[in-house]
Amino acid sequence: METFFSGVELLMRWDVVLALFVGSIGGVIIGAIPGVGAAVAIAILLPATFSLDPIVGLTMLLGIYGSSMYGGALPAILINTPGTAVNALTTYDGYPMTKRGQARRALALAYSASFWGGMFGILCLIFLSPVLALVAPHFGSREIFLAALLGIILVVLAHRGQVFAAGGLAGFGILLHTVGLDVKYNQRMTFEQTWLTGGFDLIVVVLGLFALSQAFLLLTDKDSAPHPQPVEGSLANAMKETWLYKRVATVAGGFGVLMGMIPGVGEFTAQFMSYTYARKTSKTPDDFGDGAPEGLIASEAANNAVPAAAMIPLLALGIPGEALTAMMLSVFYVHNVIPGPQLFQSQLDFVYALYVAMILLNVIVIIFLIFSTNLLTKIIQVPTRFLGMIILTLSFVGVYSLRNSVVDCAIAAGFGILGLVLKRLNLPIVPIVLGMVLGGIMEVKLRSAMIRVKDPLDFVDRPIAAMLAATIVLVTVLHIRTLRKEHNARLAESEIDHEMHDTQQR
Amino acid sequence: MIKAQTLQDLFKRYRRPGDLFYSCVCLAFSLFLAVNLSSQTTWASGTKLLAQPAFWPYAAVITMVGCSTLHLISSFVSPKLDGRWQEIGFWFKSVEFAGWFMIYVIIVPQLGYFPTTIIFSVALSYRLGYRSTKFLGSAALFGAVVVIVFKSFLQVKVPGGAVYEYLPNGLRSFFLTYL
Repeated sequence: METFFSGVELLMRWDVVLALFVGSIGGVIIGAIPGVGAAVAIAILLPATFSLDPIVGLTMLLGIYGSSMYGGALPAILINTPGTAVNALTTYDGYPMTKRGQARRALALAYSASFWGGMFGILCLIFLSPVLALVAPHFGSREIFLAALLGIILVVLAHRGQVFAAGGLAGFGILLHTVGLDVKYNQRMTFEQTWLTGGFDLIVVVLGLFALSQAFLLLTDKDSAPHPQPVEGSLANAMKETWLYKRVATVAGGFGVLMGMIPGVGEFTAQFMSYTYARKTSKTPDDFGDGAPEGLIASEAANNAVPAAAMIPLLALGIPGEALTAMMLSVFYVHNVIPGPQLFQSQLDFVYALYVAMILLNVIVIIFLIFSTNLLTKIIQVPTRFLGMIILTLSFVGVYSLRNSVVDCAIAAGFGILGLVLKRLNLPIVPIVLGMVLGGIMEVKLRSAMIRVKDPLDFVDRPIAAMLAATIVLVTVLHIRTLRKEHNARLAESEIDHEMHDTQQR
Repeated sequence: MIKAQTLQDLFKRYRRPGDLFYSCVCLAFSLFLAVNLSSQTTWASGTKLLAQPAFWPYAAVITMVGCSTLHLISSFVSPKLDGRWQEIGFWFKSVEFAGWFMIYVIIVPQLGYFPTTIIFSVALSYRLGYRSTKFLGSAALFGAVVVIVFKSFLQVKVPGGAVYEYLPNGLRSFFLTYL
């Protein structure tokens, strides 16, 4: 308990409080604007946070991460366009409710379910932290290598129907990490180009793939501006209805925590499982997709439980599970705070401070939303091409302020075009980023693990390593089984939507 | 009622026109890397295979070749989607804005962050078809606010412009530090 209060003390600074407000309110606004998303905002702000204390920088980034999904529900419900990728499912039941004249009810359910899921996730993790502090030190090099490998495999397999493309992109990400000088200072994959000798900087790649690609996409595409109708009546009263669906909200939050903790899986799988669960256990399953409150709650509670859970592999093992935590990892590295087993032993108060910050941001966001939803409907009416100009201008700060390098900017622009192509093709960007980050971790950990490994079985002679290796085999086998089941349950070709869904890829 | 049963159905992650072209380019790029692997990597003597510096480039490129081949096959056997060349045309159109970005990057060290950002945001807005004072004024204001927030307050590392050197003494140091 003493450590917990010491963590709270870390937050009692004006700059942390300011970061908390800027992050959480900024995150809601960013999430509510279709076309931006948390990844774009975090990528742009990342270099600016390097000059701040780790707790200040991380609080702001966590604020954006945790609150953007609240904001993303607003356009999903009012104009059928998800504000962030993970609000895609919210459109299925949220928008039909708006069409029936129940926009206020839908928004209230989405916000309160998000709050429920968010708080559930954080509370689970606060109680889990002492256990993690006990387990994390048992992760040596080979366990961390296997966990990172599991993460890569899962991020590829999680992209059902796009596994080959995702696998190729993960391989490309690993390759990007290998470019430069190797441990023996030999040139590796540099093609005798001096600008490749230093390798690819993660932030430059991330800014290109997420921010510049989005700017190029909006600038090249036709102009449009969302025009949501204002919402009438009090949201606070309507929020009470979520209590009637507490079982669905809690189970969805549970899926969010579980999937968030596993590297490479994330919000989409959590939402899919909770939505499927809600539909299967509903008395009115036919209403799903036509304005079912349980569907809306399942989707929002699951995705908001993920951010807190996603911090687990990052903090306990130093392994990011998805793109946003991969970006946050660089904030740790810049400040010489190395996430991993040591962090839970030596800086548990810092970990608790992050969790308390997440609780506070959920409270700030829900209060902000109750009073300012109608204001948000006005803010989000920015024309898309103008928004593209804004993102492009801001991206410059992110890339150029790193090293004042024109080459970095050119590389970022190149990745921006690659990101645009992937988004246009409905293909994922995340495997590149995770391949790059986890590839680096895997190389270092495998090399140090090999010092003690005499034959292949030595690699899995410790319980956690054996469990991880078994899990890798199991998920691969289960994936093949699921593929067969899904092949039978798939939609007919005539019903398949071949439109671009950029909002579901960001 | 919603018909989708699978994760792919729910999140609408389906093929788009241009997929075949993309998979051909991916495979060609992967094969190019594979051909150059031996000349671009070094095998250290007395080091185990898995700890070799060349191991990860090989693992990455083999994964890329394998997955790109399978992706190409799956694209090839799937029904053709109309609009392939329009789609590829769209990809190439985006190069114009990469050019705008690079011009902005090159001009900043010469003209300075503050004036370049204002000119850039207004000029790009004009190029995008915004002609009203409301939008052009908003673009100029936005450019000024970006510089004030990032350079003046957050002190991000963006060098002062070469033209600032011609300013009078007091003004020069102010411009170099804050704008």
